Amino acid sequence: MEGLYAFCVGLLTACGIFLTLRGRSFSVVIGLTLLSYAVNLFLFASGRLKLNAAAVLGESEQYSDPLPQALVLTAIVIGFAMTAFAVILAMRARADLGNDHVDGNLPKLPSEVSNKSSGGNK
Amino acid sequence: MQHLSIFPILIPLLFGAIMLLPPISRDINSQRISSVIGTLFLLISSALLLYQIDTSGTELYALGSWQAPFGIVLVADRVSSLLVLLTSFLGFAVMLYAIAGKDKGGAYFHPLFMFQLMGINGAFLTGDIFNLFVFFEVLLIASYALLIHAGGKQKTQATVHYVILNLVGSSLFLFGLGILYGTLGTLNMADMAIKVGQLQGENATLAKTGALFLLVVFGLKAAMLPMHFWLPKTYASASAPVAALFAIMTKVGLYSIFRVYTVIFGEHAGELENIATPWLWPLALLTITIGSIGVLASPSVRTLSANLVIVSSGSLLACAAINSVEATSAALYYMVHSTLASAALFLLADLISRQRGQAEDRFVKSRMFTQPKLMGFAFAIVALSLVGMPPFSGFVGKVMILQATQSSVQTMWVWPLILIGSLGALVTFSRAGTTLFWRHSGSASNDAEPASKSEIAAIALLLLAAPVLVIFGGAITEYTLQAATALHDIQSSAYDLIPGVSR
Repeated sequence: MEGLYAFCVGLLTACGIFLTLRGRSFSVVIGLTLLSYAVNLFLFASGRLKLNAAAVLGESEQYSDPLPQALVLTAIVIGFAMTAFAVILAMRARADLGNDHVDGNLPKLPSEVSNKSSGGNK
Repeated sequence: MQHLSIFPILIPLLFGAIMLLPPISRDINSQRISSVIGTLFLLISSALLLYQIDTSGTELYALGSWQAPFGIVLVADRVSSLLVLLTSFLGFAVMLYAIAGKDKGGAYFHPLFMFQLMGINGAFLTGDIFNLFVFFEVLLIASYALLIHAGGKQKTQATVHYVILNLVGSSLFLFGLGILYGTLGTLNMADMAIKVGQLQGENATLAKTGALFLLVVFGLKAAMLPMHFWLPKTYASASAPVAALFAIMTKVGLYSIFRVYTVIFGEHAGELENIATPWLWPLALLTITIGSIGVLASPSVRTLSANLVIVSSGSLLACAAINSVEATSAALYYMVHSTLASAALFLLADLISRQRGQAEDRFVKSRMFTQPKLMGFAFAIVALSLVGMPPFSGFVGKVMILQATQSSVQTMWVWPLILIGSLGALVTFSRAGTTLFWRHSGSASNDAEPASKSEIAAIALLLLAAPVLVIFGGAITEYTLQAATALHDIQSSAYDLIPGVSR
């Protein structure tokens, strides 16, 4: 169980980092979302993974640590709000700057440079 | 008073919330009045808190009476109450500047400003590392919205970078916290400091990973070298009061570095003793170097002050790397000085650019100022103070940092960099002052708005700090020395903060 869990968290983090490093704001936002999913799962695991152990005393023989669950809840709320803000900001940037590149101007491809075509909307 | 330590968080929260509600939210004048009253209350309560802490010692405030380490506690010690007072003073002065018209660029400037103050004060006061994350987010989300306040292409572009970087930073923060909670089983900073010494083997390696993750995050906030690229553009494009308030934001990161790597991963951390020091040394020195190059290359007052913020961050990181009581004491003094002086320069840059028409604050020949004497006088004080020349606070701060070096190797690295950095600032300020004030073409423009009374008052308040910090230098350095001693002493910074635990 731990191995599978760790693999999933690692995969999500890797995808998140890869997408965050892309140039377009859409993939960056998706990357940030994946990264926050990975973080939430990771925080949850920091209280150790246990089966049949509710976070309530007296419900089962052993109980799991309730604190990481509270932390994850906080992290989810904050992450969700931040993602919502990032989406709105990306839309605003698209409107203000005329393209969806995170730098605000599209880098010229080698073929475009020779044609002297300016960056802009596709 | 028993509840005094939570007032710096509650006052801005209440005022911010009230300003979002109808009768006040519709009318900019009543928002301005309540903002000034709010920041004034904040200033008074932080001053009272500082006085109380100074006379009766560190105060623990268990939220909801849940005792540490199980509940969240606020720890008002000498370090945090000094920084809270600094924030409140800065907030009050900047608010005086903003009410002269800079707050009209968009809706909700005043509530956001209050929430930002709340986040900063909370980050300084909290004794729980997850709570520190939460307050970081509070101040960040307010800063995102404040940064884009009044709109414009440049601001949008800078905000996109700032937001994405900080969102990645928040994720790293949580990864670090997860690792530390998984290994230490606690999130209370004092409790972590006590438990970290018992870690061994695999767990110690894991905790080290977590701790260094946190260093990346705090370094991002503090503009430590590889993570400083966002700062000049962000600060230079923000509107004046926002940039001035942001002068304290890098200090939040620096404060966290001091708190976490002195108390938790300090001298008593067993296998993890002083883990940040080998990283902090080269990065601090490189930050000063890059900042100084940026200072020399600055084309405008705003970029200049943004680069000076990086230099001061570098100097403070060097203090963190020296890692002694004297260095921390010097850092606390220098933090107060550099925050107030760079905030004053950001505000002044706005007045300069308003009175010079199209040339704005760039170092080019342009028309005369409408109020040349006032501007020149203020500029000279800021410049002397930031370069570090007597009789102003920058001099004392820099001397304290230079004196704090412990070995000849440290002296060999820190002295030349800080002194050459000051020389660079001196060169740039002379060039800037000469161009701005002595090279004119044509007369003063008539349509330029002269500085209003509240704007002058705001800058005067911030500038007044420069001589005051020197005149009362003895008392202040004694205070910072006591604060630093308490921070470096594991008994007062950890064991005393957990009831029922002794060494």
